[in-house]
Amino acid sequence: MTTGLLTIVQPGIGTTVQDGGRHGHRHEGVAVSGWLDAPLAEAANALLGNSGGAAVLELRGLGTELRVSAGPVRVALAGHISAKCLLAEGGLSVLPAWQSQTLQVGDRLLLGAAETGCAYLAVSGGIALPAQLGSRSSNWRAGLQGVLGRALRPGDLLPCSSWTTTDPKQWRLPTPWALPDGPMRVLLGPQADHFRSDAVAAFLRDGWEASAEQDRMGLRLRGTPLVHTRPAAADIVSDAVTAGAIQVPANGQPIVLLTDSQTVGGYPKIATVIRADLPRLAHLRPGSRVHFRAVTAAQARQALQDQRDTWTRWLTTREAFLPPGFINEAALYGSNLISGQIRADF
Amino acid sequence: MNTTALQTPRLLALGDAAWTLEFGSDISTATNARVTDLADQVARLRQTEPLFAAVTDVVPTFRSLTVHFDPLAADADRLGERLLALGQQGGQVLRVGQHWRLPVCFEPSFAPDLPRLAEAKGLTETEIIGKLLNVEFRVYVIGFQPGFPYMGGLPPELAMPRLASPRQRVPAHSLAVAGEMCAVYPWDSPGGWNLLGRTPVQLFDLRLAEHPAMLAVGDQVRWYAVPLAEYERLRQLGQAGQLPRETFLETQGAT
Repeated sequence: MTTGLLTIVQPGIGTTVQDGGRHGHRHEGVAVSGWLDAPLAEAANALLGNSGGAAVLELRGLGTELRVSAGPVRVALAGHISAKCLLAEGGLSVLPAWQSQTLQVGDRLLLGAAETGCAYLAVSGGIALPAQLGSRSSNWRAGLQGVLGRALRPGDLLPCSSWTTTDPKQWRLPTPWALPDGPMRVLLGPQADHFRSDAVAAFLRDGWEASAEQDRMGLRLRGTPLVHTRPAAADIVSDAVTAGAIQVPANGQPIVLLTDSQTVGGYPKIATVIRADLPRLAHLRPGSRVHFRAVTAAQARQALQDQRDTWTRWLTTREAFLPPGFINEAALYGSNLISGQIRADF
Repeated sequence: MNTTALQTPRLLALGDAAWTLEFGSDISTATNARVTDLADQVARLRQTEPLFAAVTDVVPTFRSLTVHFDPLAADADRLGERLLALGQQGGQVLRVGQHWRLPVCFEPSFAPDLPRLAEAKGLTETEIIGKLLNVEFRVYVIGFQPGFPYMGGLPPELAMPRLASPRQRVPAHSLAVAGEMCAVYPWDSPGGWNLLGRTPVQLFDLRLAEHPAMLAVGDQVRWYAVPLAEYERLRQLGQAGQLPRETFLETQGAT
């Protein structure tokens, strides 16, 4: 049921519709796309009880503003971000991350900056734009139509489900989802043999700086140039690439590919970031430092399984709460009043 | 029959969620045929074998096949071993895909680099076009953009390097050459290849969601020249969705 409707008042910078991605069309040159940080995006969905894979707004900058045109609509933020809510009935509330809130028709949501470079807004039922090639993910380079095929514009409509449940409880996650720190883990290759052995050692030893040249296709790193075995080894006959693949062109400066990248590429790939660490690539703000560490395939799989298990356990800490301002009469009369005031001031 | 020793394929990890089986480092029909042969085998096994159930994408390129999989659902080690074994056996069959005959219009405004190519090669524009129309190209890989075919087979005497300074905007449907390759830009995009004409055919069509890309790796393509009026007619039919792809199959009407 898509009786909820959000209108884009201001698209903001770097805001796109994303879901789990467009799989099964890479052989046709279609990028996978999809959210950069899956655990974070799915946490936002879980706060609303959305099914896994529901489309969300990926927020990578700031300035996005939405208005509820049909509803009510329930929303939740995940990441280092918060939003202001201008209520149709007057007044203002703040929507922090990690909890749900129900918005009424006419309410406006002003999203703050995604402080680490990536955050998500989930909406009840998920963003219900028509899927294209099995996904609702934006990839405007692919010429997909509608808001999937271009940047968001003022006036764009994002259909979703209205929140009709009368239960006033909201959901929250008491602790934020935290990414591991430490070196970014990689599997070496598939073309590590295109680099001098001391270059591979330097790649793993030296620190790298994330540059401002980054988008959903890739991220350029800066550091001491890596040397190929010979000049001609800086080019390969194009082969398939994937998110996390670290290409090194002739200038020796690595480019980490992200999920909107082309399906094939002509630079040798010294290493590939493991799946468990792909979400971290979305949070490398310009100027931040990154180190790489080589792991085995078995370690990579274990890291992904551990991450999945940790995430699932963390989600079980989700708890219901009554938002301030809501007087639960049954609780008021049915139990002892605990100390402190029940806020009914907005 | 001239048989060449087959290079033993190499199994390479493309991260923890994809295997690349590399058959060589050259661009050749023989190597590419081994790629498409393995791609066909994997396509069949995805229907029948549980080991292949976790495979999400199979990407043939010039000289390698990449198999993407869900790392938590797959037995990655066994899948890799199996791909290597399959790659070692196959490759005896020179499989070709569909044979296409596609229209191209050489209207001067569509072919800004044709005069320069002719001058560089000491040929007339008509001679260049004649040679181009004589080639049966093989699609080696679809990439760069959705539906963008890299086609091999351009005679060495027409080989031209890419432009030193790429164009900001190459118009959609442009036929272009670089090195010994021919390609078509399905979309407006930046690009550095030499533009020699334009095709009215849409090489990527979301309305055909099962196979939005018209060409596949292993397909053969031959060009035929059309005047501007015919180009326009076909382009409009295509836009209206009234130009079935089968129209351009070489076998059409042959039997």
